[in-house]
Amino acid sequence: MQVLQYLINGISIGAVYAIIALGYTMVYGIAKMLNFAHGDVIMVGAYISFCVTNYLGLPAIVSVIAAMGVCTILGIIIEKLAYKPLRGTSSLAVLITAIGVSYFLQNAAQLIWSSSPKNFTSIVTMDPIALFDGRLIITGEVLVTVLISALVMVGLTLFTGKTKTGKAMRAVSEDRDAAQLMGINVNQTISTTFAIGSALAAIAGVLLCSTVPTLMPTTGSMPGIRAFTAAVLGGIGSIPGAMLGGILLGIIETLSKAYLSTQFSDAIVFSVLIIILLVKPAGLLGKQVQEKV
Amino acid sequence: MKQLLKNKNSRTNMITYLVVIVAYLIMQTLNSMDMLGSSVRGYLVPLCVYISLAVSLNLLVGICGELSLGHAGFMGIGAFSGIVIASLLKGTVQSDTLRLIAAMIAGGAMAGVMGFLIGIPVLRLRGDYLAIVTLAFGEIMKNIVGNTYVGVDDTGFHFAISPTKMRLGEGGKYFINGPLGATGVEKLANFTMGFLLVMVTLFVVLNLINSKEGRAIRAVRDNRIAAESVGINVTAFRMKAFVVSAFLAGMAGALFGLNYSAITATKFNFNTSINILVFVVLGGMGNILGSVISATVLYILPEAMRGLEDFRMILYAVVLILVMLFTWSPKFKEATAVFTGKIKGIFRPGKEAGNNE
Repeated sequence: MQVLQYLINGISIGAVYAIIALGYTMVYGIAKMLNFAHGDVIMVGAYISFCVTNYLGLPAIVSVIAAMGVCTILGIIIEKLAYKPLRGTSSLAVLITAIGVSYFLQNAAQLIWSSSPKNFTSIVTMDPIALFDGRLIITGEVLVTVLISALVMVGLTLFTGKTKTGKAMRAVSEDRDAAQLMGINVNQTISTTFAIGSALAAIAGVLLCSTVPTLMPTTGSMPGIRAFTAAVLGGIGSIPGAMLGGILLGIIETLSKAYLSTQFSDAIVFSVLIIILLVKPAGLLGKQVQEKV
Repeated sequence: MKQLLKNKNSRTNMITYLVVIVAYLIMQTLNSMDMLGSSVRGYLVPLCVYISLAVSLNLLVGICGELSLGHAGFMGIGAFSGIVIASLLKGTVQSDTLRLIAAMIAGGAMAGVMGFLIGIPVLRLRGDYLAIVTLAFGEIMKNIVGNTYVGVDDTGFHFAISPTKMRLGEGGKYFINGPLGATGVEKLANFTMGFLLVMVTLFVVLNLINSKEGRAIRAVRDNRIAAESVGINVTAFRMKAFVVSAFLAGMAGALFGLNYSAITATKFNFNTSINILVFVVLGGMGNILGSVISATVLYILPEAMRGLEDFRMILYAVVLILVMLFTWSPKFKEATAVFTGKIKGIFRPGKEAGNNE
């Protein structure tokens, strides 16, 4: 029973990682850049939601929508100002710019909301469900997190598979020049990707802070790195891979904390990543690119 | 000497050494005349450490073309091994300088060995995957170092990775106390040692770059397949660069660790690795003098802006983004080319801007 409890908790935190990892993987797939500022967009989303519920007294659902709206705009602005001028140059240059954006967001948040941690009230008001005479407890947060991430996954799969914009996104990630020749507006497609990724980051931020209720300007960085790891684990650029990687990472983290060692959970999680990459260098569901000579 | 100066490479190298030596002499003179504030004096050793780290990372990122996001991990390994060695030698070796040198060599060796062990799996990967694995190794090293207990008591030397297994006898002393880090460290580091560290790092890296190995490493960076086809052992050369870089980072780490009375493993996290990478990229990849200058400027910049308090880091971020945009953006490059062309045109009438062919 204990195992099941840990497994459920692992899936719940893994689902949050998965939503964040989706943002990383989509941006990487399309713009071929590691967007290290993604973790901080999560933090901004959580702060917006916090402000709307605590200062304006509006219901939770409104706060989530507000957070998504603000993060979407933020994502588009960041892309237009910081990343777009560097398109086509060294990926390292874009990486450093992304780090600059990350510093900027963290320090702006510190200026606006101060560095003292805020106590985030969970957006879920559901009572925990006790199964097997209370030996297995599923909290409302766990249920909502898993449900939302499943919805996001299905929605995103349908979006990229069925809609015109989604197909354009896949085309751009496959071959940018060919997509442009087919009349796809590459710039707009990349903007859309950033918008979707940032909106997902807002959802992830609210869910993350509902589970772990301390909100600080640095809240997003560690989950950001974890989720990035998850994206690589599943095969960066692949949407199902990000989901799989996120949930696997969550489960590994929770189980290793429970059974192996609390202090060394970081080391264990990253070791698993290294071992998987050695066996499958492009991640679990990533495509192995053949080298042409 | 004349022959040396004719060669463009050795000329740039000489300039690099000269800049560092002159900077050292100036700072040392100012220091001896007591013209430096205590805060400025406190920055000197970490500045030397960061310069060495930037130069050693440049060997990996700029010369070898491998993006490494775990440089701070090697620094941490070096720092804690250095602290342990310096504390162990306390009774036997009288001279502080000798102890510091021993600690730095031990730190470098330990980091070099780790670099070799890590290199075996890491160097099988390429590009962004290599970057993420070095990130993972950096975090693993930080995690392990942060949970290591090293101490000494009457029965001898103790080492454990869990607090329950660590039983020090009466009068025992912890060198590294798990998450609390190393406390009560003797401050052995000084500016002259820092300067020597920078010189050694420069000497090793510059000589490596301009040697047969260095040319092979650059060939691997520019075209791996072509390099392989002319008989260059790609993995061996990448490994060489990786281990040398780790060794130098370990030495710098040891000096860094012995500059503070207390230090924890959290100092050597992802952010530190990223900061070093920023020094390298802004200084110009593969440009060693650039690394030295950008590490100096970027280390001093946030410290100099301390008066601005909360706005300091936000300004730093804005400066970082703007510098990246101005130096890398193709549009901006075009604009500056046109601008400089126009200025040249003023002095050389008759020739149209940007139309010199």
